[in-house]
Amino acid sequence: MHQEYTVVEGDFVNAGKASSSVKKTLKQLNVNPQVVKRVVVALYEAEVNAIAHAYGGKVLVDIDADKIKMVVADKGPGIPDIALAMQEGYSTARPEVRDMGFGAGMGLPNMQKNVDKLNVTSEVGVGTTVEMEVAF
Amino acid sequence: MPNSQFSIFNSQFKMFYHALQIDAPRCIGCSRCMKICPTEAVRIFGGKASIQEHRCIDCGKCYEVCPAQAIGIKDDDFEAIHRYPHSVALLPAVFMGQFPDEVSVSRVYASLQELGFAHVMEVESAAMIYADAKNRYAHEHPDVRPLISSFCPAIVRLIQIKYPSLTENVMPIKVPLDLSAMYAVEELVSRGIPREEIGLFYITPCAAKIAAVKAPVGEERSLIDGVINMNLLFNRVYKHIKEMGKSHQYKPLSRQRLSADAILSTLTNGERRICAAKRSYAIDGIENVMDFLDKLENDEVEGVEFLELRACDQSCAGALLSYDNRFLCGERMYARARKAAERERNGEMPRDREMEKYRDYLIDHSLVDEVQPRSMLVLDEDRVKAFEKMEKIERMKTHLPQIDCGVCGAPTCEAFATDVVCGRADLHRCVFYRLHLEAKGKMTLGEGRSNMYSVWGDDRISGEIDV
Repeated sequence: MHQEYTVVEGDFVNAGKASSSVKKTLKQLNVNPQVVKRVVVALYEAEVNAIAHAYGGKVLVDIDADKIKMVVADKGPGIPDIALAMQEGYSTARPEVRDMGFGAGMGLPNMQKNVDKLNVTSEVGVGTTVEMEVAF
Repeated sequence: MPNSQFSIFNSQFKMFYHALQIDAPRCIGCSRCMKICPTEAVRIFGGKASIQEHRCIDCGKCYEVCPAQAIGIKDDDFEAIHRYPHSVALLPAVFMGQFPDEVSVSRVYASLQELGFAHVMEVESAAMIYADAKNRYAHEHPDVRPLISSFCPAIVRLIQIKYPSLTENVMPIKVPLDLSAMYAVEELVSRGIPREEIGLFYITPCAAKIAAVKAPVGEERSLIDGVINMNLLFNRVYKHIKEMGKSHQYKPLSRQRLSADAILSTLTNGERRICAAKRSYAIDGIENVMDFLDKLENDEVEGVEFLELRACDQSCAGALLSYDNRFLCGERMYARARKAAERERNGEMPRDREMEKYRDYLIDHSLVDEVQPRSMLVLDEDRVKAFEKMEKIERMKTHLPQIDCGVCGAPTCEAFATDVVCGRADLHRCVFYRLHLEAKGKMTLGEGRSNMYSVWGDDRISGEIDV
């Protein structure tokens, strides 16, 4: 099953639309509630990241009977040093984003913690793609 | 027709006791209950409402809107109290909030005894011990946050069916009703009264509490012997007071029964104001609670330690069987609490403090089993089958009108599609789909009409309308 969502730059009001919809789907599939939670937390982080740092992007979700694959692909400044961005507390968020309670530098580490597979690819000046996979 | 997979569910659903039931002969099939149900548990078929048991949390929204009084509450008969020489009325504090100002607490207590109860006790007597038990649990489980109060049984059931990942956050702790029941038994037995002569009767302000007593979550069975409808008891007590007249001599209470904190504990913020947590929220009204839990489930709320969640607006003052206006009832409780606080400042110890000597015993026996999820959303326990069903539902949804008109007898197009795929409804109940088939010549008008009648009954339209 394939689902697609659009992420708009700076639109924090609509953050969580994709993760909420995915949450409902996984509940219907009788996925273990704790696994649902991990998926939702990771996807929400990725959504917020794209909203906060990029100029918008897309969330692509593919669900089958035993796993979920999520791709959050944004057009944006890209991440120059992915290894550095994976460290807890490292953040490049603008002050106004931090004031909203986002951008604490926990995004990528939190995704890593919650998913089975995480792959981040990025090109500076073009954008970032976060691929995540969780087995049920 | 129900398929085999659904019947497996069906046998499982039968385990869920419900205090609300539809009285079919009275039901006029108006569908108000279907439209208001927060968990989409109601369907219409054959001109009558019915409840999907696996979705119902006994919140009672349907009861409030029913214009035909066709939703019944499975309470017990008042006369049952006479079977026990030592019948105990376990009252919720909101019961006192029903009476006009001139009726004093001691008058209500005395009336209940004159009506046949050997003992009267307000369940909030255990409110402070409940608070201590929760604080202890919080201390012993530092990794589980936020902790959710077990107080409101409709909320506990809501979390089980709709927010299964949060069941482990619900504190598995006996509520004041059960703690005070334990106390009543211990205290009366210690006075030499044989256990079998003690009958415990809870005066319930809502349907969810009945379900909680008859089918407790996390416990084998409750100590409570019967549940009496608070509206009915209010009528009896008020009638008694009116009949006895102003000159009747009531036995006065030696001192106040509840502390101010205990009186306020069933109102919104009542638990929150006396809990040890740093950041906590008190949320009342089931829609507000669902909004919040949706956010919480996504981990969008940070640092929250404790949640007091109540299904009814204004908490128990707004309960189903609270006869008076929720704000009037709430203010009377505040007035009583102000008086109680004043007397406490003057050094008077309220009676509920006597429970202190049982504190350790009660707290040690306050734990119940962990709350288990029983998700209503699961399409099939077999994930591959669930997946197939979901794809069918998604496909069907694109053909349905998506206006949630309810003419099919389900509250939304999505609920209808789910019912069809799970074998609980026939696709031809959709009026738009029927029109489409009729226009294509694939269904006769007569067939369409009998489909309509199957949902709404055959007496909805009596003829041409001449305006």
